[in-house]
Amino acid sequence: MTTVRPRIAPSTTVAVVLGAGVPIVFFAVFFLWPVGAMVVRGFGDGIALDVLTRPRTVRLIGLTLGQAALAAIITTVLGVPIAHVLYRLRFRGRRFLRALIIVPFVLPTVVVGVAFRTLLREGGLLGFLHLDGTFAAIMLALVFFNIAVVVRTVGGAWENLDPRQEEAARVLGASPARVMLTVTLPRLAPAIIAASSVVFLFCSTAFGVVLVLGGTRFGTIETEIYLLTTQFLDLRAASVLSITQLVVVVLVLLVAGRLRPKRGTERGSSVARRPRRADAAAISITIVTGLLLALPVVALLARSFQTADGWSLGNYIALGSTGSRNALSGPVWEALGNSLVIAAAATAIALVIGTSASLILSRRPRSIGLRRGILALDGVLMLPLGVSAVTVGFGFLITLNQPPFDLRSSPILVPIAQALVATPLVVRTLLPVLSAIDERLRESAAVLGAAPLRVLRDVDLGIVARPVLAASGFAFAVALGEFGATSFLSRPDRPTLPVVIFRLIGLPGGDNFGMAIAASVVLATVTVMVIGLVERLRVGTVGSW
Amino acid sequence: MQHHIRLAAALAVATLSLSACASADAPAANGPADKLVLVTHDSFSLSDGILEQFTEETGIEVEVQAAGDAGELVNKLVLTKDSPLGDVVFGIDNTFASRAVNEGVLEKYVSKDVTDAEAAYLLPADQGGEELTPIDNGDVCVNVDHEWFAENDLEEPVVLDDLIDPKYKDLLVVEAANSSSPGLAFLLATIDAYGDGWQDYWASLIDNGAQVDASWSDAYYVDFSGPSSEGDRPLVVSYASSPPFEVPEGSTVAPTGALLDTCFRQTEYAGIIAGTKYPDDAAKLVDFLFSPIVQNDIPESMYVYPVNAAATLPEGWSDFAKIAENPFSISPEDIDANREQWLSEWAAIATP
Repeated sequence: MTTVRPRIAPSTTVAVVLGAGVPIVFFAVFFLWPVGAMVVRGFGDGIALDVLTRPRTVRLIGLTLGQAALAAIITTVLGVPIAHVLYRLRFRGRRFLRALIIVPFVLPTVVVGVAFRTLLREGGLLGFLHLDGTFAAIMLALVFFNIAVVVRTVGGAWENLDPRQEEAARVLGASPARVMLTVTLPRLAPAIIAASSVVFLFCSTAFGVVLVLGGTRFGTIETEIYLLTTQFLDLRAASVLSITQLVVVVLVLLVAGRLRPKRGTERGSSVARRPRRADAAAISITIVTGLLLALPVVALLARSFQTADGWSLGNYIALGSTGSRNALSGPVWEALGNSLVIAAAATAIALVIGTSASLILSRRPRSIGLRRGILALDGVLMLPLGVSAVTVGFGFLITLNQPPFDLRSSPILVPIAQALVATPLVVRTLLPVLSAIDERLRESAAVLGAAPLRVLRDVDLGIVARPVLAASGFAFAVALGEFGATSFLSRPDRPTLPVVIFRLIGLPGGDNFGMAIAASVVLATVTVMVIGLVERLRVGTVGSW
Repeated sequence: MQHHIRLAAALAVATLSLSACASADAPAANGPADKLVLVTHDSFSLSDGILEQFTEETGIEVEVQAAGDAGELVNKLVLTKDSPLGDVVFGIDNTFASRAVNEGVLEKYVSKDVTDAEAAYLLPADQGGEELTPIDNGDVCVNVDHEWFAENDLEEPVVLDDLIDPKYKDLLVVEAANSSSPGLAFLLATIDAYGDGWQDYWASLIDNGAQVDASWSDAYYVDFSGPSSEGDRPLVVSYASSPPFEVPEGSTVAPTGALLDTCFRQTEYAGIIAGTKYPDDAAKLVDFLFSPIVQNDIPESMYVYPVNAAATLPEGWSDFAKIAENPFSISPEDIDANREQWLSEWAAIATP
């Protein structure tokens, strides 16, 4: 040790202030406070621990965990090969496919539920499988919804992986399979674990899918909280279950944190290559999974062109109207406009919060206290994925009712609620990249005379520019498709597209149903276009740094 | 948690005051209101220009706030009792009325325009009769696909008992009572019809192949065999107002119908939210909701029947959307007292 130990890089101080303050305030006000208030309210008359010993609750907790774990495993096993094909291989249309994979993620649950059940029911196209109302049907749907999370998170990391290590291993005689198992996958581990834990959390709070496809025989902690809160007003029991959800989330995060290697993904500039024979397995998995994903989507697409008069554009033309017998307060296009504006606002919020949080989370300060604090913050940011939208929604009502947070009827609450769900995804996309920045890079910049803010701008922000774009596309998709919290908070005069779809599909009459399907197709198409646009921008940024 | 709350409050004041620009309008005096907030369930809808007529008459704007289904709506009012969500509520139904009244979230007021002709819709005195004004009602009934029964040369069922007849095996789809409001209504119909024997009835119903779906859209669009549906079951629990939607334009023959002896009546009410600053203006809005202007618009906007005897029904309704003469019903008090018990017993039978 001949060198002088460098002092903490000044940029760290800036990052701490910026990174910690903004997200902590945001999450404290819009998440911890509302959820805490609901739980406290429920505990007002004593803690109803007996809920936990009811056989029904025990069964639901088991189902929730089992179903989320299994779905996370299947989604990851299928998603990683697809990420390889879409992000490491060069072929025509891969950029389009990358955008397309997001479609299942944004389709409204109620529409997908109808599409799945139409295929699976006795007499449906896949009726011979006898899956209607089974656990397997729920699994299929959960994988369908979440595969994009794995593909895009892992793919993004893969794209930035320096391929020289693999090449060296190959030159030294290792088989492609061995290279994959011993070199590539371990390096991707942070991204893979991040993606699977997000999928696990999404699945553990799955609500509509479980109800619709499980044929009411199955349930989750989430469906039970919904029932207890909205129907029975049994807040004592609901609070206990909310706490149970929190405990589950924290445990998952602890396990994931333990599995996650200390360093993030290395960064390099990788160039996609042509497919080789060794890619055959990954390509076949991609094709088969792709076809399965496409089936319900194609079925919906076909249904959207069916009208009472046969095949026509009638359902799409009707989107300019307010539905048969004035089902809606405004034309569907107006709702699309509302959705885009609200989702853009939510994305902006999620990016600011998520980027600043990632900057701080990527640091490894020497003080143990600070390090623990950072770990805690990491966990807190993930909580909204695993906590019931019902609890958060009711919590908003009883907390945000006086200045300066008299926001209950404010339109800003919708994008805020969406941002709560989108922020963890932004963090999980950015963090692996930021953690990989060699501290020496910041230090040398500082030694060379760069001011802290300049270090932040040129080193940190320069490096995350590309992942930030990727994250913004994803955040936008999450916000656009979000239904649970949005339907709870949105104002009738400014409904979002998923809210309108929900209303249309809840009314009798073939024309309203047709419009609901057509509107879902529009929602998916718009999302694909936005993601496609973002992909293009990302290509544009490659040359700039 | 206390800790978080304090932290949140402190940080809140310090940093996020920028959001205070969305602050409340809070004139403390009891003068006339500029604006009333109408809290509703999320199926609330009126044609353009209807609420504006209220503004023209009184100079008061109406802001509509949707708050979930009837159950969520009442629970939200209960939870926000100390800081009410609005001035007037619409959409409390007979299955949740009792909770709203017992929790004291409503002012005592019933529209002065209610006459003897509508008295039948009023709730019993201690269960909302002094707080809630009836606005609309709708029947939840088994809907039947006429075409299917004609094609299969089978006589249509008429009463609840028919549904457990092996003749009609595997033909019915219902919604789950614990996740769907028509599902709950149908369960209540059977409870009124069979009393203590309702559990046996449900066991027979399930034995006879009744399918239980989670939501109305699932049952209606996936499993029902009606003209705009994909399925193969010709009987579905839906609304008495559903059949008109299936009548093709220009046609006079309805392909589906409602079995009027299987209906449960849901009545929806409006009331003044306790703690409003403008009780007098709120009363005007309740009266307005009961007035023919709104009542005439209700069928086409919300697919339910107006309560006001002076209201007129749109064309086609009298032909295709008939009203049950003797619908099943249960008092709000009984529903409130037994809801949890009934639902858990039902779940044990219907969704083992």
